[in-house]
Amino acid sequence: MASTISKIPFHGTKEQEEQLMNVIAEHKQDKGALMPVLQKAQDIYGYLPIEVQKMIADGLGVPLEEVYGVSTFYSQFALNPKGEYKVSVCLGTACYVKGSGDVFDKLQQTLGIKGGECTPDGKFSLEACRCIGACGLAPVITINDDVYGRLTPDDIPGILEKYQA
Amino acid sequence: MYRSHVLVCGGTGCTSSGSQLIVNTLENEIKKNGLEQEVKVVRTGCFGLCALGPIMIVYPEGSFYSMVKPEDIPEIVTEHLLKGRVVTRLLYQETVTPDGIKSLNETDFYKKQHRSALRNCGVIDPENINEYIARDGYQALAKCLAEYTPEQVIQIVKDSGLRGRGGAGFPTGVKWSFAAANQADQKYVCCNADEGDPGAFMDRSILEGDPNVVIEAMAIAGYAIGATQGYVYVRAEYPIAVQRLSKAIEEAREIGMLGKNILGSGFDFDIDIRLGAGAFVCGEETALMTSIEGKRGEPRPRPPFPAVKGLFGKPTILNNVETYANVPQIILHGPEWFNSVGTEKSKGTKVFALGGKIHNTGLVEVPMGTTLREIVEEIGGGIPNGKKFKAAQTGGPSGGCIPESFFDIEIDYDNLLSIGSMMGSGGLIVMDEDTCMVDIAKFFLEFTVEESCGKCTPCRIGTKRLLEILDKITKGNGEMEDLDKLEELCYYIKENSLCGLGQTAPNPVLSTLRYFKDEYIAHIKDKKCPAGVCKNLLSYTIDPAKCKGCTLCARTCPASAIEGTVKHPHVIDQKKCVKCGACMEKCKFGAISKQ
Repeated sequence: MASTISKIPFHGTKEQEEQLMNVIAEHKQDKGALMPVLQKAQDIYGYLPIEVQKMIADGLGVPLEEVYGVSTFYSQFALNPKGEYKVSVCLGTACYVKGSGDVFDKLQQTLGIKGGECTPDGKFSLEACRCIGACGLAPVITINDDVYGRLTPDDIPGILEKYQA
Repeated sequence: MYRSHVLVCGGTGCTSSGSQLIVNTLENEIKKNGLEQEVKVVRTGCFGLCALGPIMIVYPEGSFYSMVKPEDIPEIVTEHLLKGRVVTRLLYQETVTPDGIKSLNETDFYKKQHRSALRNCGVIDPENINEYIARDGYQALAKCLAEYTPEQVIQIVKDSGLRGRGGAGFPTGVKWSFAAANQADQKYVCCNADEGDPGAFMDRSILEGDPNVVIEAMAIAGYAIGATQGYVYVRAEYPIAVQRLSKAIEEAREIGMLGKNILGSGFDFDIDIRLGAGAFVCGEETALMTSIEGKRGEPRPRPPFPAVKGLFGKPTILNNVETYANVPQIILHGPEWFNSVGTEKSKGTKVFALGGKIHNTGLVEVPMGTTLREIVEEIGGGIPNGKKFKAAQTGGPSGGCIPESFFDIEIDYDNLLSIGSMMGSGGLIVMDEDTCMVDIAKFFLEFTVEESCGKCTPCRIGTKRLLEILDKITKGNGEMEDLDKLEELCYYIKENSLCGLGQTAPNPVLSTLRYFKDEYIAHIKDKKCPAGVCKNLLSYTIDPAKCKGCTLCARTCPASAIEGTVKHPHVIDQKKCVKCGACMEKCKFGAISKQ
């Protein structure tokens, strides 16, 4: 669970704020609106910096600590920006038994970052995830919406190269 | 009318291996050959044989093409679809016999299966409600509204013996009757599609392949307990399932199967989707409801049970996707039809997600009481690379590892509990001799430590201590008394945790301790990992008699831990070695071994 506040300055645009306000207005009357609003806010901004959490707290009329509490509870909510390419390694049981731990190690080594981090150029971020349900292809990684299966650590450099350009 | 239908699997497994590109290529080629009025391409849900994806079937012949590549498509279109000559070379080879092609249902993978919850998966287009209706869809709802009182519906579900498919196996009809008995101005029907067990994908496949069955069953449940609103809580990690379910809900509203006054009966019911956000504990019923309310998904003590005070404080029932998928068939064919299959206390079928070290990775549905041997050896096709079966893990982080000695046990709720595992939602991961059971216990504890919500102490701190002891053992620093500590702590956590997550979290440790204690002892006393997994306990050595001094290993080693000169045997410096195994993989002479 991410729990640190981002040190990277917030660069929200007016358009993004307008979108967020529309989302808030649309959901304000719903029961249990906070989670759907946070999910859509993350779609808009890519992550949930404290500035965005404040706007949601004000907009929905809930205390900021409650917004922060929910944002830090669920692993899907990111308090730090992610890379242009989000690399996600499945560490579900089926993938783990077939060696996804070694694939994860290789990615950390090749990218020079640990799980949960982002490369300094903002290109790649790396995370472990639990089962995307493509167990027939184990071990599996995803890069944004692309899925790569039946991997060995040796396949990693070649795959990353495709995104380097 | 089309003379031929091509069904392409659009489940997550096949989509991940490129089935969308197959669909596009097919449609292009069909157009090129002017067949668009004669051949229809349908993207279906999961066929089950995920290991061989992308999969496609051509009807009326029933030819099953597996591992289809885009470059194969022109040939299939011109030969098979245009000229009527099946491209035998590209078929799933098990369906090819000297006398012709045998039907899919006669292959080892399918012949022992009994597809009831999955009956429409891989058969219909999930994004077209008419195809569901053509397969008796929404008839069960109509029958309930026209012929049965809510009490009668509940009685039918009770009589069927259907138990919750989410893992614990509580009788579904009984659950419904509790909620029906409570008077309230508003009640809710919820569906648990927060399939969090790593390696389990039954619920996702049902939502992707047959979303309407869940909608219909939830409406039936709503009628039975007197609820007008339903929620499906589904993992955000399942984009295809979410998209198809949303589409199905819209279509159901359009034709009046959801909304006000359904089928003129005066019964109102509607469904909303709520997305999870990656918290395993939200599979627990009280936590799931708290999460739908938009809060931190922490569980709360029961009683009050959800049937009394559930979502937004109102009487609520919560069932799993697969449980719902059984309901319409039970209404249509009667409780006796359903309970004629299965064992004495576990009726019907169960869907398992087969994964790990097994040939036919995929989704299988078998009658309760099928043996583990039948599932692993016959349906699953056994273990690849001539390796030996070591254990099957069921129930995910809440379950346990079943050793070979129970290979012939009939799988049902009670038998699995009696041997220290549980049904769980249906993940079945096969492990071979290369899997270290201490490492697996540690793997599951890492998972629970991360996913423990932190509300109660036994789970939050207890699981962390368990993990620390396991870590110590896998690093070679364990002592024999650690085993007693582990066991004692396990029972303490089981007895004192607030919710199901903590109460079952020690199961992977307890079951491996029970059946694979020798492996724990090998780690502690001999400082060896018999499966060769725990890196700290491994050492790589070069056999000087076999080493030709080719220097390949020394050049491969990332830690420069191998020394030696050309044409002379090399030596590994154990202090520098990081135990990555790269040298052993590269050696052409088999001179490097690990212990």
